[in-house]
Amino acid sequence: MPRLVSHPDEVKIVSRRFGMGAASIDRYLELGGYAAARKCLQQGPEWIISEIKSSNLRGRGGAGFPTGLKWSFVPKTSAKPKYVLVNGDESEPGTCKDHLIFQHDPHAVIEGTIIAGLAIGAKLGFIYLRGEYRGLLEIMEKAIAEAYAKGFLGTHIFGSNTEFQIITHTGAGAYEVGEESALMESLEGKRGIPRIKPPFPAVVGLYGGPTVINNAETIATVPHVIEMGAVAFAAAGSPRNGGTRLVSISGHVERPGVYELPMGYNLKKMIDTVAGGVRGGHKLKAVVPGGSSTPVLLPEEINIGMDFDQVGKAGSMLGSAAVIVIDDRTCMVEFALRTISFYQHESCGWCIPCREGTDWLKKTLTRLHAGFGEAKDIDNIQYIAENMMGRTFCPLGDAAAMPTVAFVKKFRKEFEAHLNGNPCPFAKHAKLVVV
Amino acid sequence: MSEEAISLFSPQLAARLDALAARYPSRRSALVPMLLYAQDEVGYLSDAVINEVAARIGIPELEVRNVASYYSMLHMKPLGKYKVQICTSISCMLRGADEVYERFEKELGLEAGGVTPDGLFSLEKVECIGACSWAPAIQVNYDFQEELTPELVPGILDFYREKDTGKEPHA
Repeated sequence: MPRLVSHPDEVKIVSRRFGMGAASIDRYLELGGYAAARKCLQQGPEWIISEIKSSNLRGRGGAGFPTGLKWSFVPKTSAKPKYVLVNGDESEPGTCKDHLIFQHDPHAVIEGTIIAGLAIGAKLGFIYLRGEYRGLLEIMEKAIAEAYAKGFLGTHIFGSNTEFQIITHTGAGAYEVGEESALMESLEGKRGIPRIKPPFPAVVGLYGGPTVINNAETIATVPHVIEMGAVAFAAAGSPRNGGTRLVSISGHVERPGVYELPMGYNLKKMIDTVAGGVRGGHKLKAVVPGGSSTPVLLPEEINIGMDFDQVGKAGSMLGSAAVIVIDDRTCMVEFALRTISFYQHESCGWCIPCREGTDWLKKTLTRLHAGFGEAKDIDNIQYIAENMMGRTFCPLGDAAAMPTVAFVKKFRKEFEAHLNGNPCPFAKHAKLVVV
Repeated sequence: MSEEAISLFSPQLAARLDALAARYPSRRSALVPMLLYAQDEVGYLSDAVINEVAARIGIPELEVRNVASYYSMLHMKPLGKYKVQICTSISCMLRGADEVYERFEKELGLEAGGVTPDGLFSLEKVECIGACSWAPAIQVNYDFQEELTPELVPGILDFYREKDTGKEPHA
């Protein structure tokens, strides 16, 4: 089981029940669970949406879209049924926060889904988990069965005349379906390729009905917003960035782990203090601040607050708040290659710039890293990546291109050191590659 | 399925697939989960499995293949009874996934994509499995194994060998 970590600077809101046995409904109720859903049932949709709006809760999947605003886009009346779809296809390299939510607090996901359903007037919610999370899916399914048994789900939730049902769904291995329109395609039993927008899912979504799609962490945060109140939740974060964030810290630090920190918490302090600094006394070389798709930052660029706006201002993105720490023994060409290999593998192939671009980037970086690159390859990498951006239906093309551009721009010297038949300067990999 | 058709799945799986198909607003939504659960039981998506799933959903077999080929966990050829899947994405790479992978290669005598002659293990490199803060991590079938070092590899293999003999393995 994944190790839980703790640090005095943490503000435990979403993770406050981790490690407390809250996967069982009785324990969840003891710890105050389902009070938020009951309250929402009494208060009604307008109150819920206004609370979520004023809490400054923004989407935890990566884009940071204001959750309350997203919910408000769903039409009040609709000829077709409305749906809630919870995105638990957690697949962005570096990100492992939803893993812990499903494991330790499945009822928070259920409760958040109910609240989202009440807000938009949906009677059915789906919780989609990536296929690799089978063990976690079983935890979710057990929790849902418990919620049905208590009457919290069904045709008369909490003894009211309101209906809300939840269906779980397993994926079968695909990063691309984390994109919301591809997620809907996948749930409809198709290949996970993106849809053209508009129309947006809030108007035409799953099975053609209005659909709200939220990341699992966003949904699990919703009951806490209701419980503590929008004002208190907003105050826990930074301006326009309400609450806390589950930060997945990985890579070369002494204490990797998932920490819950206030929005706007300093990135440098996060690495040096919370995660115990760079492992083994080595020097910091680079930080990927928000999952593999976010542009890399240099050590002198990390004295920033971790919220959507401040990381954006520093030229990167908060994304899924997956902080990947890289020490000075790491070859950045190899890191770039490993990053693009992921996107090449995961590109669904629907849009040509992404399908071809990721493939050529991988080929060029493979050759360069092996010491067979030519000087023009470095500019070519830049050129290919820049030509992918903004030219695909979904953000996967950008997700592959943006970090690549940043690697070349910020570590050009290291790319050049691999030219002219020179072996990779980082000893571990300095073996002869026959091409 | 028509009543006279003989299912190649166990009665438990058949019942599970029936329930799956019935619960969605559209039957087609059950396709991917059905394929995965069938694969879990049969071992891979054989022609017979694909045919039966196609019949259960009520779509052409080609349509099933078209969807199945998209998802990386679905496979058309038999793999090992225990699928050893090593994450070699960035966070795991930084903490020694390549060395862990090499040790598995050595212990199993396999390269990525290979299956041991007894069919017990197969070895794959996979993309991020969502265990980045506990890297390097692997999955054996659906079990996560975290914070690995090459030295832990033989013990993991022994654990599954013992499990296979039906003895209660001790971790």
